[in-house]
Amino acid sequence: MIRLEEVTKVFPGADRPAVSSLSLHIPEGEFVTLVGPSGCGKTTTLKMINRIIEPTSGRIEVGGRDVMSMEPHLLRRSIGYVIQQVGLLPHRTVEENIATVPRLLGWDRDRIERRVAEMSELVGLGADLLERYPAELSGGQQQRVGVARALAADPPVLLMDEPFGAVDPIVREHLQQEFKDLWRRLGKTVVFVTHDIDEAVRMGTRVAILNVGGVLEQYDRPEEILANPANDFVSRFLGEERGLRRLALMPVSSAGLDRGPVVEITATPEEARAVMDAHGSDWLGLLDGGRLLGWVPAAEVGTSPLADLEPREFLVILRPEDSLRRALDAVVTSRTRVAVVVGEQGYLGMLDIDRVAEEITE
Amino acid sequence: MIDWGWIASNLDDIWEATLQHLFHSVLAVGIGLVVSFALSLVALRWKAAYGPITWVTGVLYTIPSIALFTFLVPVFGLTSIWTAQVALVSYTLLILVRNIVAGIRSVPDHVVEASRGMGMTEARIFREVQLPLALPAIIAGVRVAAVTTIGLVTLTVIVGQGGYGLFILRGIGRRFLTEALVGTVGAVLMAVVVDRALVALERAATPWARRRAA
Repeated sequence: MIRLEEVTKVFPGADRPAVSSLSLHIPEGEFVTLVGPSGCGKTTTLKMINRIIEPTSGRIEVGGRDVMSMEPHLLRRSIGYVIQQVGLLPHRTVEENIATVPRLLGWDRDRIERRVAEMSELVGLGADLLERYPAELSGGQQQRVGVARALAADPPVLLMDEPFGAVDPIVREHLQQEFKDLWRRLGKTVVFVTHDIDEAVRMGTRVAILNVGGVLEQYDRPEEILANPANDFVSRFLGEERGLRRLALMPVSSAGLDRGPVVEITATPEEARAVMDAHGSDWLGLLDGGRLLGWVPAAEVGTSPLADLEPREFLVILRPEDSLRRALDAVVTSRTRVAVVVGEQGYLGMLDIDRVAEEITE
Repeated sequence: MIDWGWIASNLDDIWEATLQHLFHSVLAVGIGLVVSFALSLVALRWKAAYGPITWVTGVLYTIPSIALFTFLVPVFGLTSIWTAQVALVSYTLLILVRNIVAGIRSVPDHVVEASRGMGMTEARIFREVQLPLALPAIIAGVRVAAVTTIGLVTLTVIVGQGGYGLFILRGIGRRFLTEALVGTVGAVLMAVVVDRALVALERAATPWARRRAA
C-alpha cells in the first residue's frame, strides 16, 4: 500500500541526513509503528508520505502512485492525518472540524451531515458535543475529534504522529485500546509514529525500529522483534524489560493452564487433603459446579464438610484474553502465588510462576 | 459658561462637521487597512521584508503631524483632500502592519500544519484559517488606528478640511469656549463610540473566543 524506496531527506543547512536511504514496504491493512530515539527521523519519514516534508531523493508510492506526481493538496485529501497537538481549527465547531475534508471534496450537505454523525458515533463523541468549539473539549475528546476528522472522507491510509502523546496516561491507554479496536473494524492501513516502545509493540502489527539518521534497524512483527532483536541497538532500545514486554503481547489462553489444588465442595475433607498434598499446596481452591468460589488455608480443612467453610476471594481473577504480564503480576502479588483464570463457562485453571517463565523461555 | 443657545442654533453645522469628521477618519483607516494588508502580505511572504517595512512605517509614525502636512502641501496643494489623507494614512500603517503580521503569526503552527495535512491549499489556509484566527489582533490594531485618526482629523483643518477641527480652531481664535468645546467633545465622543462599535464587531465576528471565556 505504501512503499518507500531509498528515501533520503537532508534538511537545508544540516550536515547529516535526517533520513538516509530508507526503504520500507507497508502492506495494505497493516498497522505499522515507527519507533526510535529522538533524531531517528520517524516523524520526518511519516511527513514525507503526505508531503508535509518533501524528500530529497528516493521514491514514495501510496496505493501504487508516486506521491511526487500528484498535487500535494489533492494527495493529502486521500490520506488521513492525525498529529499530537491535534490541530483542530479553534474557530470551527466540532461538527465543522469533522466535515473539513468532505467539504474540500465538495460533498453535498446531506452526505456531509450523515457522515459527521456516523464518524462522531464511531469515535464515541456524544451528539451534544458537535456544536461546541474545540476549546470547550477535554484533551481526550479533542483527540477523538482529530481521529473522526481524519477518517471522515474514508481514506485508505491513516498517518498518525504521536497521536496520544499529549493526553494523560489513563486516557491514553483508553484511546489506544479504542483505536486498535476501531482499526480492526475498519481495516485501514495505519502508519503510527511513537517514541514509546511499549506503545509501538502494543499497537503495531509490524514495528519499524529506526536509529538516529533514519536508519532502519529492524522491521518485523512485535513478537518477533522482542524474541529476536536484530542487533545490539534494538535490544538496548527494547530495554531491560524485554521479557515483560513480550508477556504483555501474549494472552493467558496461549499458555498451558494447570488445574491446581482445587476441588468441588462436594468432595470429602480426605479427598481435599489428598489434592493439596499432590500439589504440595498449603491452600485449597473451592469450586461449586465449575464455578470458582475462592480459597481456604490448609489449616481450615478439618473434618467437617467443605461446604461449611468460608472461602476467601481471589483478589485478581483473569480472563483468557488478559495478557501474561497481568498474570505474572497476579502471581507475585497474591497470597496463593498463582493467577486464576475464569472464562465464560467458569473456572479454567491457574498459572504459577514457572508456567509464565516457560512461555518466555520457549 | 456654555452657550447652549449657540449649540441649538448651529445643530445643522455640527451634524455636517460630524459627518465630515467621520468620513475623513473612515476613509483614512480604510485606505490604511488596505495598504497595511498589502505590506503585511509582503512581510509574511518574505520574512526579510518585515524589518524594512516596520522601519519605514515607524519613521512615518514619528514625524510630527503638523510637519507632515507641511511637507505634503507642495505635493498635493493646500486644500486637497489627499494632503490630509496621505498624512492620516501614514500614521495608521505601523500599528496595523504590526498587528496583522503578529495576528497571522500567532496562529499555532500545528493548526496550520493540520489544515495543510487535510488537503487545504495555502490560499485557503490563509483565508479560512489564519485570517479568521488573526481577527482579534487585527481589530485591536484597527481600534488604536481609528482612535488615533479621529484625534488627528481635528488637525486637518489647517490644510483646509472640515470636521470638528474647524470649531476648535474658530473657537480658540474667537476666544469662544462653547465652540471649541463642541469640537473637542465631539471628537472624543466619536472616538469612544467608534471604539465600542469595533469591540462589538470583534465579539460578533469571533464567537469561538467568547464561548471559551464563558
